[in-house]
Parts: sequence; structure tokens; C-alpha cells
Amino acid sequence: MKITEEMVDYISELSRLELGSEDRARMAGELESVINYVELLNALDTAGIEPMSHVLQVKNVLRPDEVQPSLDRELLLKEAPERDAESFVVPKTVE
Amino acid sequence: MNWETVIGLEVHVELSTKSKIFCSCITAFGGDPNTHCCPVCTGMPGTLPVLNHQVVTYAMKAGIALNCDITRYTKFDRKNYFYPDLPKAYQVSQLYLPICVNGSVPIETAAGHKDIRIHEIHMEEDAGKLIHDAWADATKTDYNRCGVPLIEIVSEPDFRSAEEVLAYLEKLKSTLEYLDVSDCKMQEGSMRADINLSVREAGTSEMGTRTEMKNMNSFKAIGRAIEYEAKRQIEVIAEGGRVIQETRRWDENKDASFAMRSKENAQDYRYFPEPDLPPVEIDDLWFNQVKASLPEMAEQKRARYVADYALPEYDAGMITGQKALADFFEETVAGGSAPKEVANWIMGDLLRILKDKGIEARDMAMTPARLGRIIALIDEGKLNRNKGREVFEALFDSDADIDAYVKEHDLIQISDEGAIATSIAEILAENQKTVDEYKSGKTKVFGFLVGQTMKALKGKADPSVINAILKELLDS
Amino acid sequence: MNELLRLSALELGRKIQTGEVSAAEAARASLDKINGSELGAYITVSEDWAMTQAAAVQAKISEGALQSPLAGVPAAIKDNICTLDVKTTCASKILGDFHPPYNATAVDRMAQAGAVVLGKTNMDEFAMGSTSETSYYGPTRNPWNRGHVPGGSSGGSAAAVANGEAFYALGSDTGGSVRNPASFCGVTGMKPTYGTVSRYGLIAYASSLDQIGVLARTAEDCAGVLDTITGHDVRDSTSLNIPADGLLAGLTGDVRGLKIGLPAECFGDGLEKEVGDHVLAAAAVLKSLGAETETFSLPLTAYAVPAYYLIACAEASSNLSRFDGVKYGFRAEGCTDMADLHKKTRSQGFGREVQKRIMLGTFALSTGYYDAYYKKAQQARAAISGAYHAAFEKYDLIVCPVFPDTAPALGEALTDPLKTYLSDIYTVSVNLAGLPGISVPCGFDEKGLPIGTQIIGKALDDGRVLNAAHAYQQATDYHKAMPTEGGAQA
Repeated sequence: MKITEEMVDYISELSRLELGSEDRARMAGELESVINYVELLNALDTAGIEPMSHVLQVKNVLRPDEVQPSLDRELLLKEAPERDAESFVVPKTVE
Repeated sequence: MNWETVIGLEVHVELSTKSKIFCSCITAFGGDPNTHCCPVCTGMPGTLPVLNHQVVTYAMKAGIALNCDITRYTKFDRKNYFYPDLPKAYQVSQLYLPICVNGSVPIETAAGHKDIRIHEIHMEEDAGKLIHDAWADATKTDYNRCGVPLIEIVSEPDFRSAEEVLAYLEKLKSTLEYLDVSDCKMQEGSMRADINLSVREAGTSEMGTRTEMKNMNSFKAIGRAIEYEAKRQIEVIAEGGRVIQETRRWDENKDASFAMRSKENAQDYRYFPEPDLPPVEIDDLWFNQVKASLPEMAEQKRARYVADYALPEYDAGMITGQKALADFFEETVAGGSAPKEVANWIMGDLLRILKDKGIEARDMAMTPARLGRIIALIDEGKLNRNKGREVFEALFDSDADIDAYVKEHDLIQISDEGAIATSIAEILAENQKTVDEYKSGKTKVFGFLVGQTMKALKGKADPSVINAILKELLDS
Repeated sequence: MNELLRLSALELGRKIQTGEVSAAEAARASLDKINGSELGAYITVSEDWAMTQAAAVQAKISEGALQSPLAGVPAAIKDNICTLDVKTTCASKILGDFHPPYNATAVDRMAQAGAVVLGKTNMDEFAMGSTSETSYYGPTRNPWNRGHVPGGSSGGSAAAVANGEAFYALGSDTGGSVRNPASFCGVTGMKPTYGTVSRYGLIAYASSLDQIGVLARTAEDCAGVLDTITGHDVRDSTSLNIPADGLLAGLTGDVRGLKIGLPAECFGDGLEKEVGDHVLAAAAVLKSLGAETETFSLPLTAYAVPAYYLIACAEASSNLSRFDGVKYGFRAEGCTDMADLHKKTRSQGFGREVQKRIMLGTFALSTGYYDAYYKKAQQARAAISGAYHAAFEKYDLIVCPVFPDTAPALGEALTDPLKTYLSDIYTVSVNLAGLPGISVPCGFDEKGLPIGTQIIGKALDDGRVLNAAHAYQQATDYHKAMPTEGGAQA
């Protein structure tokens, strides 16, 4: 299928990426190339086949409702690009 | 034109498990920012979720109590979107196979009985909180709440009024409290309702464009928000405009709702099955264990109170409406007090005092033992009813010894006929005119004479003795 | 070359236990080799920490308290596996100077067994690639020819092991990322059955496909390392309840009576003749050792690559969303609001291949396309797993190539991205089905570049796969070759 630059814009918005104008055209082309290739799957008759989201037959992996100590806040915050004494700091978010 | 309001509700309820849904951090409300967190709930790279058994059990309990079918093979899905309170930029939720489907909640309003249908109930994880710092013109994130387990209860658009919505929410709250799966405190955010509202011409079946409202912190605010939004939409349409599908934020102070910036508008969440969590298969054993573990619910209690104690339906309904009241009632009765007596106390003074103080039954200091003692003192003739009520109110928040208090304040009932007769004689002597009125046929004044006698006896006398002696003296 | 570096990991382990070699000596030898190397196999070399670990481990060994076969043996860890307080980057700018406050479970288990970690190896950014050229930190070079790639995405790990810069290394394999570089660098690379090694601490690319794997000089070494890191982990809900060791002990070298299938579809068009010939020769060796070999038809192989790319990119698009400049890593400057922060950080922080795969994955999951792309791919996956399942009713093992060619020159693969994707044809289906697969060195091409043969088993039959590889290595010498300083065979 054709991948337009508008579609690239929409996908970029969803994935929080921004491409320069030249790159948009190039990306549209590359995505189209890959997507056309993967459409090869249409030749496979998958009627009635359950999609496989887990390759193992595992189920019911559960843990008991017990509290364990949390991570020391300093260890959590020390990796943050911007922080204050207690929290992560981000640009102002208007709701 | 006659308008009809059509409402659907999405109620988020925080489950009162000890630890979070996918990690072992504590779920307690409050706490210093970012002190109830770990690499898993803050979405650090390489971390993985592990499902809390109790969350599934609590969700099943809620589903069974709300008359749902339990989905025996249930899975999690990722809901993808960017927002600073969501550290992984996806929320683990359930779309394709939610744990409960097709339930119903019976409600009573002025218009009568109605069953509100539940579309589905699913498990998901809560997000964190944003803290807005006006000084620094920045926003801060607190991830304590990330990973607190939620169930989302999605209703069909069956509501037609704010009254119905509030009755439903009361019912949900009561049911979940009975199950002890959540403390349902709207003011703490452990119960939140999103309102989907549209309007249409009465009698038509096509749905109008709906808006979604969030951020109502009390039942009262919900009622106000519904009325406001219905009115707003009707005005928009009446003026020839179209309602825009959007998310609106309720502002308590302004008593109005405002369109939010498009975080939610037309979002593509790209749901797909969560690869890090295997499915959950609920076998008959597990299901039956959970079903058997359900406590006696409100409806059963109500029927039992009516049958066993001959309580009026209305009273039984009020008392069983809140688990704390029902528990209080049952414990007081278990302590030896007569059921009808206890019911009267609850329906009368107790509920009134709670309302005046603005507190809920589950938070009150008054105990079954203490009410039981007051009732016993009245039964023994040591307190008259009015004084008993005074004591009840005075000591409502205290743990002071009741007998000591009664003695200290000289409240013990006077039943001595001699003393009462003396008092009556004095009152009659002071009120010859009234006595004459009584004897000339104006029997109404009897009450005045009783009142005066009681006053003279500082309110402590046994009113039945006063009545008996006074009548005897006057009629003689 | 220091002769010590020619030893296999288990050989070195034995010498350390007897006291013939000390842990410090071994660590020093590896570190010297790394410091003199131009391959760029490592992103982070932790010299001080390595020597500290060596001393601590030696102390325990000397008092007889640590007798595991790999105690004191220097190893490397691919840089998408979290190491406590040691910089972990996924070869990306976006992780910045991230120092995880936790170890991956596999790393914890290695430490318990007395491993001495030398550092973190280079890779394709976020494990997306088969040449290690998309690394933010620059490419790694193939030890057999500096002008060629080492393969990917675990290229650094493979090059390090091949060149004596580590005695073994952890890698990760989502579509061939352990087996491919193993074949390009002439070392042994094993991807175990999905779920046998905990993914906790492995920075996710595609959750349902990723597994931590091992690169080493021999299949025996791989078995020994897997014994250390395999086993159930309460922190990983997809990890299996299986015995945690026994792989090394289970190596008999006996392949008599084993039925080996050679899929016809893997020996057809697109495969370089030299590669095909060497793989068939490897199968013939196994036959000479008593196995039965037979060609058969493995259907649906053509659908594996498209299914893989849709599933992997879809899961990756979600897994990589957490990199937003808020909690850790790189943050772009001058951002006016949240959306701006996200976009600038991610656009500046992710390389182009990563951005492309995120976009492909986002597309495949988006409304209107989900059924035709992602769901279709998951259905194809079920069918492909089914085809393998059927094959393993008849055969005990499958032997096929790892890659259609030997290592391309640096820069070559980047000119034709689609062709590069297509070359994953022999490896991706193994991940789709969650099976164990190993690459063993089986010779060199005319240019002197290594060739690998792949042995695939049914789920949880890792022991049998390792045993066949071990048997092959007892009858051949290819795995013993090491490159000279100049790059030719030593």
C-alpha cells in the first residue's frame, strides 16, 4: 500500500518522533518498501488460526499479595535528567 | 422539544490489596512522593510485571457480586499513549478478554426500580500523579500511585438522570465495601467516575454526540456536573450548533466544565496483547472458592432483618445500605439489645448525628458496646429516653465510661413515686389556673403539666410514672 | 597472543580451580588484549571493577568455597543487559549515562558462579540490526577482517570472544542476534528455548522473541554458562519452571541414531554456494558420527521474515516508548512542553534504524491496520510454529545455514536495508517458534571469513542441540581457530 507523507506525520505523532522535511519523504519511501514486502503474508491463508501472542503454554503466573521494600528514592531519582528533592521535573503540562 | 439525557459511566475503583498489581510496592494512599516505587512500577528499562493473585480474586468478587459472568480465560493488553504520569507510556489493561462481562446493578429511585447493565469490568494499573508547581512554572511527577490495582466498571448507557447515577454509585460503593475489596473514598481518589453524556429528543433511539467528563471529587459534584453538561449540550443544539466529542474537566470552584487539551481526543491506543504476562485461566475450583467466600450481601441482610426482626423494609434498607451500619446493628443486637430498639436508634439519632458531623458510619467512634450500654440503662430504668439520647450525643466521639458519666452528671432517672408525687403536687399548686382548665375539659394542657413536672425534676424523671400519678391526681 | 587466551572458558576454569592460573592473571590477560585491540568490541571496559571482582572471587576459590566450573573466568556482557551501577546504553544516545540500580537476573547468577565481568559490549542500537553498524558508539570490526562487520546485533560479544577479549559473553537473540555474529566471527553462539533464561534486566526489543544467549569458543562452554543462568525467575512471568542445570553434565558427544532434517527451502535460491557447501559438509560430519540426515520440506519459511518484522517492530514500538527524557537517560534541551520534550528527545536520541522500526511497529498496531498487519503476522507465527512442530515429530534436530553469506564489508548492508532484512531468513523463524538454536563454526570461505552451521531443536530440547554441536566439535577443529593480529587465521 502507498505510504503518504501524511501517514508518516500521523505515525510520527503517535510515536512522538519528528522528522525533518527531507527525511519525511525518505521515510515514507522506506516504510512503503518494507510494508509492501510484508504484504507477502496476504498469500498465507490464516482463516481460523488463533493469533499467537505467547509462544509458551504458560498461564496463571501469580504472586502473593505481600509488600516488599520499595527502592530508595535517591536511587530512583539519581538517574533523572531533571529532578528536585522529591520528584521528576518536566515542562509545564496544562491539562 | 422534550429532551432526554443519556449517560454511561466508567467507574475506576482502587482495590485495597496490600501491594501493587505488578510489583510488591505498598499501595497505601499518600506518602512522600516517589517513596512507594521500584524499577518495575517506574518503568525502568528491562523490568517486567508479575501479577498479584489478590487482584484477580478481588476483581472476581466484584464481578460476582455485580451479577457478571466471569471470563474464565482472561488476558492483559497494552494501551499505548504518552503522558507524564504514565512511566512506561503504556498502561497494562484489558481490552479483548476482560475478567467480567454482562452484569447488572439494581437501583431504586423516586421513579421506582431499574436495573443498570454493566458492559464489562476489567483489571488495570493506575497511573501516577502530576504536581503543578506554580512558582517554578514546572510540573513534577510522583509515581507512588503507578501500579496501584484498579478495576474499571463500565456501564451501558442506561442512565437517564443524575438521580439514577447517584443511586448507582451509592449501590456500587455499598457493594464494594461489603466485599471489602476497596474503601471507595472519592475524596482520596480510590473511586473515580467518568461520565459519558449525550442528549437527544425524547422518544428517539439514535444516540447524540457524547462528551466525557472527569475530575469530579464527590457525589455532589457528579450531580452538578451532569446537570450542567446536559443543559450545555441542549443549549448548543438548540442554537443550531453541534456538540463536539471531547473530554471535559469539571471545575468545582467555577461550577462548570471545560474542554481539556486533546490528550484524550481521538487517541489511537494501539491495543495489543501484553507479551510479558501469560493469560489467567480461572478453573472451577478457584471460581467456586471465590464465590463461597463472598460475605452476606446487603440484599440478603435486608431480607433477613425483615424476616427475623420484623423491621420495616425501609429501615432494613437504610441500615443495610452501608456495611458499617449493618455491622454496627448486628453487633449491638448480638450484645443483647432488642433489634427494633437498635434500629430506631440508628434510624434516628445515629444517622442524624453522622449527617451533622459530616462523617461516615465507618469512620465513627461510637461503638456497638456503648450504644448497648445506654439502651441497657434505659431498660433498667436508670436513664430515661431523653437523657439517654443526650448521653449518646454527648459521648458520640468519646470513649469516656458511660456509667461514670451518667453518675457524674447526675442523670440517673428518678422513678421514686414519692418524690415524683411531691413534685407534681407542687406543680399543681403553682398552676391552679391550668388545673381548672383541665378539669373544665381542656385535656390538652395535660402535656404542659407533665412538661413542668419534668422540668422541675431536671428532666430525669420516668415519664410514665409522671403520667400515671398526674392523671390519678387530676382525675380524682 | 598470550596462550592463556586460547583456552576455552571451561579449560580456564579448571586451571583456576587447580591454582595453575589465578583469576587476576586471567583478568589481566583479557584486559591487556582489550586495551591493545582496534576492534571496538566494548563500549565500557571496567578495569578496576574487573580486578576487584577477580580478587574477591580468587579469595573464595582459594578457601575452597567456590567450585563452580566458570569461577574466575573473565566474561563480557552485551550492553542491553543491565549491570548494577555500570553504564548500560543499548548502544544508543537515548540511554545517556544510565547506570541501572539493579542487575539483570542473568548477571546476578553469573556473579554467584564467580564470573569476572570485564565490561559491556557493542551492539546494534537496541538490538535492531545484524551488523552492529547502527551503534551510537561506532561499529565493531570483524576480528578476521577489520574491513568487515562482526554481525549483529551481538557483534561486540562475538568479536570479543573470537579475539580473546573475553572467554565467553552474554548476548541477546531476537531474530538471530547471537547466532548471526557467532557465524560471522567463527565462535559458537547459542539461543536457548524461549523462557529458559530470565529476561529480567534485558532491555526489551521484542518481548515475545527476545532471549539472552551465550557466545563462547565451544558448545561445551555454552552449556556451562547456560547452567549458570538458566532457570525460573519470579521476576519474569514468562520464565519457565525447568531444572536450572544439567546441560554440561548431559553432554555425551553421542549422536548415533539421531534423525536430522535438512529443510530444502533453506538450501535454495539466495544462499551463497560456499556457505551451502560448508553447511552440508557439517551435516555429513554428523552423519559420519552416526546420525541420519534427510532433506525434507519445511513449509511457510517464506513467511517468517515478514511475520518477524511486523511482530518485532510492533512490540518494540511499545517497549521503546518509555524512553522519553523524563526518568533516565538523555533529555533534549530547550523544550517548551511535554510533547516537545518527547519528540525532540526521541528524535535526537534514537538512531534512524530504530526510528524506522518504531514507525513500522506503530503503523502495524494502529487502528485500521491492526488486523491486516499485526494480527495477520501473529497468525502466521502460529502457523510457522505448527510447521516446526510437525517437522519435529519426524526429526530430532534440524540443520540449516545461519546466514546466506559470510560477513559483508562495513557499510555494505546499509545500502540495501530490505535485502538485509531478508537475510534473516534462516534465523527468525526459530525465535517465532521459541525454539533453541545454535551456530557452530564449520569452516571459512575463500576470503578467509568464517561460516557457521545452525542446529535447531524442539522446545526445551536444548541439551540435544548442545550435544550435537559438542559432538561436531569433537570431530572438527574450526572452533579452535583464532584470528591473528592482522586478521588472518592463527
